Amino acid sequence: MAIMEFREAIRLAMIEEMERDERVFLMGEEVGLYDGAYKVSKGMLERFGPMRVVDTPISEAGFAGIGIGAAMVGLRPIIEFMTWNFSLVAMDQLVNHAASILYMSGGQFPIPIVFRGPNGAAGQLGATHSRSLEATYAHWPGLKVVTPSTPADAKGLLKSAIRDDNPVLVLESELMYSMKGEVPEDPDFLIPLGVGEIKRPGRDVTVVAHSKSYHLARMAAQELEKDGIDVEIIDPRTIRPLDIDLIVSSVKKTNRLVIIDECAPFGGVASEIAYQVQLRAFDYLDAPIVRITTKDTPAPYAKNLYEYWMPRLDEAIEAIKKVLYR
Amino acid sequence: MTDGTPTRTQAQFASSHTAELTPSLVGATYSHRDIGLSDEQVRAMYRLMLLQRRFEEAAAKAYGERKISGFLHLYIGQEAVSTAAEFAIRPDDYVISAYRDHGIALARGVSARACMAELFGKVTGCSRGKGGSMHYFSKEHNFLGGHGIVGGQIPIGTGVAWAIKYRGEERVCLTFMGDGAVAQGVFHESLNMAMLWRLPVVYIIENNEYGMGTAVSRAHATPDLARRALAYGMPSAQIDGMNVFEVYRGVKEAVERARREHMPSLLEVKTYRYRGHSMSDPGTYRTKEEVEAHRKRDPIVNLRHYMLEAGLATEADLEAIEREVRAEIEDAVAFAESSPLPPIESLYEDVYTDPDYPFLA
Ligand SMILES: Cc1ncc(C[n+]2csc(CCOP(=O)(O)OP(=O)(O)O)c2C)c(N)n1
Repeated sequence: MAIMEFREAIRLAMIEEMERDERVFLMGEEVGLYDGAYKVSKGMLERFGPMRVVDTPISEAGFAGIGIGAAMVGLRPIIEFMTWNFSLVAMDQLVNHAASILYMSGGQFPIPIVFRGPNGAAGQLGATHSRSLEATYAHWPGLKVVTPSTPADAKGLLKSAIRDDNPVLVLESELMYSMKGEVPEDPDFLIPLGVGEIKRPGRDVTVVAHSKSYHLARMAAQELEKDGIDVEIIDPRTIRPLDIDLIVSSVKKTNRLVIIDECAPFGGVASEIAYQVQLRAFDYLDAPIVRITTKDTPAPYAKNLYEYWMPRLDEAIEAIKKVLYR
Repeated sequence: MTDGTPTRTQAQFASSHTAELTPSLVGATYSHRDIGLSDEQVRAMYRLMLLQRRFEEAAAKAYGERKISGFLHLYIGQEAVSTAAEFAIRPDDYVISAYRDHGIALARGVSARACMAELFGKVTGCSRGKGGSMHYFSKEHNFLGGHGIVGGQIPIGTGVAWAIKYRGEERVCLTFMGDGAVAQGVFHESLNMAMLWRLPVVYIIENNEYGMGTAVSRAHATPDLARRALAYGMPSAQIDGMNVFEVYRGVKEAVERARREHMPSLLEVKTYRYRGHSMSDPGTYRTKEEVEAHRKRDPIVNLRHYMLEAGLATEADLEAIEREVRAEIEDAVAFAESSPLPPIESLYEDVYTDPDYPFLA
């Protein structure tokens, strides 16, 4: 094990997979000469050269599609979006093309590609730069959606994503890049896509939270410990496929569920989990499921509005108490 | 197609305008009067450029003091472009830009107070604290934003021009963009439709040589960006953006063509940003010498020398303008600091026009 930053864990995963498989290459805006807008790919151009660490113009639809084409004929691209907000310019390529080609071709053309980059709000950047897009992309069958919350998970999940034969979207929370944690150095350390983790075992209430929201759940659990409330935190780690069995078995134990999710509320990740749980464990629920999300508005710039808009610690604590009728 | 025979319009335009870049205003072959600018207008241009410069210096300082958050992309070095463009249009014309928008909004006449308050996230800001640095808007000034997605504003500006033509008005829409935005698909889609439908839009590429850390030559197969217009048969020109008179001449000509003939144009204005891409970018992808070489052609210093030489102002006059501008900026900062934050309820205002929209929790 080594202690490293989230961004270093991602870099290590890419380096290991590029060394293992010469079909793998990285492409995106500023990934080479600039070392990545968030320094995720630092030093990789020097290591792999300009055919494998490729700087692009600001042409998201173009280079996303170029990645898909390369994948159709046997390469394994990693496409970095400077942030997922800008992937919306390329959404047609991801949804109409990457997600559909295997199916439409009757299985002839798998698309082994990874799209990755920072996701979610990172302070007061306004509506165009603050979106959490996991629910948007998880909406489309054919895509896998991965949302790591720790450096170790980032490494293990990204390596699995690169080795996966499907289009996999890895959404990294922008504010987590400098977060440190222990990371296994084994080059074959893989975390399977679709397997969640009980990150904090507890008796009283299940909290499901992924990515940055996981850390909010942790803080809430620590606070509530003082009141004798024992929170179980489940991190699904991948949104699609979703480890619903793990979530359901936890709810059957605690009988209460709160979901924290940085997506917009309507049709978000929390909404889908709530539906799946009531379907499978309705009789086990002792309280209505509560979700905490960003508010039902675009992201505001002003500091006070922004802080109110984000999923908040006070809201999370209140929600957990609410499902416990405390 | 770039090497094909130019259309008549292009040929005319090219001969009059793909001119060599004039190194400085002093010693130019023409005076401000030759291009239709009065002494008073030149003084006003100087003041407006200085206002933008001092505004952003104050913004950078406030950012350092953590009074401003989010991204802050400074326009310093590019002030001649916004300023000349403003003088070449009328108040009822429209302007739309990307996220490097402080200078352009100030040029349009949005007050330093409203601009500074927006950076401070105050309710008195030009977007009521909802937009921040990248998303200035002012309907009153026909300023249609500050847009944060690279290239996103280009079809929107084209749509504004469509509306102008639809209503039979004699207005134009200036659509600003960076060199980086030329690589977006919507750039090409927009130019094609603008030419196809003869829309009164003037596309202004502010070519400051970099899109973030990427030099133009690393992002564009043909780095002469003005030439992209040839593919659509659109008039185009390359202009020295450090020379406020040259920008004025170029924009004025394109604006007149848009107004009278509903003919779009593409202008590539060669300029430079002195600072990094944003406050978090040290700009290490370019050398000190490179930045210094451009600073030597500073558009404000350039105009200052011209004014002194042409007898449009004395040192004392220029001092007085400087004092006035500084006072205006100090007032804007004080105003921003003392203004209230937006009320929390305003989070739910302006998502829809309905006063009673049923939001979900
Ligand atoms: C669609 C999209 N992709 C990427 C970005 C990130 N980004 C913001 S500004 C920028 C560089 C733009 O350069 P240019 O258009 O030349 O404008 P300048 O910054 O020089 O004014 C990039 C890559 C973005 N905002 N939107």
